[in-house]
Amino acid sequence: MSTEASRAGEPVDTPPADAPADAAGTDTVAATAAATGTVTGTPVDTVTGTPATGADAPLVVQERAAPQRRGELLLEVDNLGKHFPVTSGAILRRQTGAVKAVDGVSFSVRKGETLGLVGESGCGKTTTGRMIMRLEDPTFGKITFEGHDITRMSQGQLRPLRRDIQMIFQDPYSSLNPRQTVGSIIGAAFRLQGEKPKQGVKAAVQELLELVGLSPEHYNRYPHEFSGGQRQRIGIARTLALKPKLIVADEPVSALDVSVQAQVVNLLEDLQDELDLTYVVIAHDLSVVRHISDRVAVMYLGKIVEIADRNDLYERPMHPYTNALLSAVPVPDPSQRGNRERIRLQGDVPSPLDPPPACRFHTRCWKAQEICKQVEPPLIELSPGHQAACHFPENTTVSATDAVAQSAVAPAGGDLPAAPVHKD
Amino acid sequence: MADKSKRPADMLDGAPTTVEEPGRPPTSFLEVRDLRIHFPTDDGLVKSVDGLSFKLERGRTLGIVGESGSGKSVTSLGVLGLHNRRNAKVSGEIWLDGNELVGASPDQVRRMRGRNMAMIFQDPLSAMHPFYTVGAQIVEAYRIHNDVSKKVARKHAVDMLGRVGIPKPDRRVDDYPHQFSGGMRQRAMIAMALSCDPELLIADEPTTALDVTVQAQILDLIRDLQREFNSAIIMITHDLGVVAELSDDILVMYGGRNIEYGSVDDVFHRPEHPYTWGLLGSMPRLDRERSERLLPIKGTPPSLINLPQGCAFNPRCAYSELTDGKSTVERPELRETAPGHTVACHMAVERRRRIWADEIAPKL
Amino acid sequence: MIAFILRRLGGAVLLVFIISAVTFLIFFGLPKLAGTTTDDMAARFAGKSPTPEALAAIKERFGFDQPLAVQYGNFVKAAVTGDTYDTGVEKIDCPAPCLGYSFRTNQSVTDQLVDRFPITLSLVVGAAVIWLLVGVSIGVLSALRRGSLFDRAAMMIALAGVSLPIYFTGLLSLAFVVHQWGLLPPVSYSSFADNPFKWASALILPWITLAFLYAAMYARLTRAGMLETMSEDYIRTARAKGLPERTVITKHALRASLTPLLTVFGLDIGLLFGGAVLTERTFSLKGLGSLALDGVVGSDLPVVLGTVVTASLFVVVANLIVDLLYGVVDPRVRHS
Repeated sequence: MSTEASRAGEPVDTPPADAPADAAGTDTVAATAAATGTVTGTPVDTVTGTPATGADAPLVVQERAAPQRRGELLLEVDNLGKHFPVTSGAILRRQTGAVKAVDGVSFSVRKGETLGLVGESGCGKTTTGRMIMRLEDPTFGKITFEGHDITRMSQGQLRPLRRDIQMIFQDPYSSLNPRQTVGSIIGAAFRLQGEKPKQGVKAAVQELLELVGLSPEHYNRYPHEFSGGQRQRIGIARTLALKPKLIVADEPVSALDVSVQAQVVNLLEDLQDELDLTYVVIAHDLSVVRHISDRVAVMYLGKIVEIADRNDLYERPMHPYTNALLSAVPVPDPSQRGNRERIRLQGDVPSPLDPPPACRFHTRCWKAQEICKQVEPPLIELSPGHQAACHFPENTTVSATDAVAQSAVAPAGGDLPAAPVHKD
Repeated sequence: MADKSKRPADMLDGAPTTVEEPGRPPTSFLEVRDLRIHFPTDDGLVKSVDGLSFKLERGRTLGIVGESGSGKSVTSLGVLGLHNRRNAKVSGEIWLDGNELVGASPDQVRRMRGRNMAMIFQDPLSAMHPFYTVGAQIVEAYRIHNDVSKKVARKHAVDMLGRVGIPKPDRRVDDYPHQFSGGMRQRAMIAMALSCDPELLIADEPTTALDVTVQAQILDLIRDLQREFNSAIIMITHDLGVVAELSDDILVMYGGRNIEYGSVDDVFHRPEHPYTWGLLGSMPRLDRERSERLLPIKGTPPSLINLPQGCAFNPRCAYSELTDGKSTVERPELRETAPGHTVACHMAVERRRRIWADEIAPKL
Repeated sequence: MIAFILRRLGGAVLLVFIISAVTFLIFFGLPKLAGTTTDDMAARFAGKSPTPEALAAIKERFGFDQPLAVQYGNFVKAAVTGDTYDTGVEKIDCPAPCLGYSFRTNQSVTDQLVDRFPITLSLVVGAAVIWLLVGVSIGVLSALRRGSLFDRAAMMIALAGVSLPIYFTGLLSLAFVVHQWGLLPPVSYSSFADNPFKWASALILPWITLAFLYAAMYARLTRAGMLETMSEDYIRTARAKGLPERTVITKHALRASLTPLLTVFGLDIGLLFGGAVLTERTFSLKGLGSLALDGVVGSDLPVVLGTVVTASLFVVVANLIVDLLYGVVDPRVRHS
């Protein structure tokens, strides 16, 4: 609990969690920070609510999160949104709607930290990543990188930034030019930025190849001579060429075989330690995200529904959607087969073209009440560093000192319907 | 499996599992014997499946696990007889309910497809014809094996759609596949596969293309339907979580061969092949405390044209020097090490068990 | 669906306007830029050795002195409402759709188009039937027996068909089949209504010649499309259902692989209705293609303009029909 104590001792202007988007949210931070201060000395369960998976869990919570917490802010995303217009009409086309791919997400990433963005198809995680890269222009909101607002920067202005923010793509087959040698693919990164490594481009590229676990002799080979995992390593080497500060990795391992996937995950972790990299990892695989991330944001239909430290999120999920997601992951342990309680969501994710009003999850949520169809729950901090957007969050006893949070959370009636638990 | 108890325990260790006498109909519902599926190409002979044998009973689920190129999907298509005989060389025996399929005429096998054995595929969008309604495609599958009127068949299609959990099936039956969501499409695919009540259902990565919440629904559905129809299921996947949830027995394939076979408990709790260890160690797991590091297998899956000499896994195996040099020379036979648990590895059984218990299991 | 049709229809009308305007600009605007005087222009519209009065009348009539926009406006107006031409000698009535008057042949362009069109129509329809039947079936068979002797031979011949120009194959066949061996009567056009047998037998040779080229293209296209379709997942599904191979091919593969061919076919038919220039010329058939060629050779601007606008109209209409058919054939198009 030393982290909690030291954190509480810090002034309020370095908030424990990342600043939420709106004014109300900012208040929450202050309130929570104050609240944290008052409860720090008390046992963990008062702070974080009832632990879901046994008493030993809270000890693990702070395991890796501590050093990252103090890191300076590298990336801040504030109320970011992307709406793709939908047009129709007989002769004159007019906009009749919008696919709200991303609809106001806020988070921040500290130096040296890994933020995982997880969610099902259509949740907007990839679009968010592309907006951070400025491959997609945000419809609204603000992206701040190292204190500079990069939301509306022109491509020319972005040029120097391009070296600081790099991307790793899902498909190691299509993201490498088949007609170029590995040497020129990776070397192109230097040339594009007019960078002249002092040891020469070739030597620099060979160093990178070694760094990602390939052989320097691979310099003159072509992408097709490599396996999927090796190609992903080439992609990573290219990404690293310019010593980026932030790497956005969009499903970096989902196209790879299980055994190779583990190699690449380990590589990404090693590189992070070695080069002090900051990652935003976008993935649908909850196990991979848990393994690689320090903090995790769960997205549903263009919104963040929950964001917290990794262990906090996986052990004490607050949002019913997070619960359902975790419970849906098949467990590779046959002895767990009979005694696992599983929540089964009905139906598919609704279309982002016409998302349900208020709480977007209410159509599939077993806890949904009238209020969920009328009032959108704000994303607020329900325990230190743990934000969720739900009227009826789980695993939490909202502290009485936290007035703002309490007003946002509807009074929990005793007659909530039980989760559609499936026991077999 | 039924034959588990037949073999006395003292005979187990070291005795190669013998393939049953060729040509004799087996007692099992499905028995594959020494199946080989080779594809001659310009670069050489691709031995996608090379001497595979397994058995499966009604009401049971066999999970076939492997990475890309392990031959798992080729096996499933082989059982259904879907390989073009012009470009694939298929040998061995496949016995389904007393009928041998490899030597049967294409038309005989064709008549059994859909009726006795059916398949669901990975991507339900591309696996359904975009130009025909979902109903029409189910009706077609039903009428090819059942002499009924279109009206009766349509009623059956609606009924099937309802049984796989599609709401308002009487209306959805006239929709096209692209009007269904991913999960609903896979349900429709399952309805189509089950329309003739097949005894054997092969599911090739049935949930890989689906979101995790939908995947859970589909796995539940398959489980429930199996109870209802008492079908034998072959579940092909790379996802160990999926097999752990659904399978009774597991067959691990590597380089077109069976390298470990056993009950789901054997393979998950007492695995003996280093490749199986590697698969288990590669996987980040939600059900355990987060491990600091994953334990990947080094290298990449082998080329099926040029399999490594000896044990196909030896270049990637961390223990190949513990085989007295045999691993690079001799291909290991499948040997039964416990009732119903067979492994193809040169390492001594005791040593394997010790390594698992001392080195591998604690790190998972 | 209705909105879709309306939108496409609007687009088609707009396109025809643009094409006619551009053509108009090419024939009436560009010469001006190149320094052609209005007298020269008028001379092109007059018959041989015109009188100064006739020239003046033409100049006046076409408004060569007026801005291009006005001239084009007159052209469009004539096309919609009809017009009367005063040659100075007589008054000629040109009812709508009036695409101009040829002073070389002393005929309204519309009349000439109407006269010639049945010939082109007969030629193209006959050839299209042949090339569809032959091309598609060879393509399908080739795809199903990929790598066989039949496939290789068929693709060799198809390559020849695509590469050999029509005036070569046409003249060669004319020389041997008609003149040397006398197997077929000389090529000519007679009305289908009068004597269908005579109509067909006198056109067989141009049909085959034209169809050879297109059948070759269609065989290659069909083969490629079929090969792609046969490797689709839904074909595997159809087989997994236990469908006989024949059903798999005819019901599942053919429909999907022929759909893209629809686009090509629509374009080809549209283009050829505007005039199968080479075939008509080779076999001396007086269709729209010959008319256009005569117009170009004889600097008969109204005829050139008329044929170009007509040809573009065919292409646009054919495209429109293809688009609508697509909606019928492919439900995904219908619902998007």
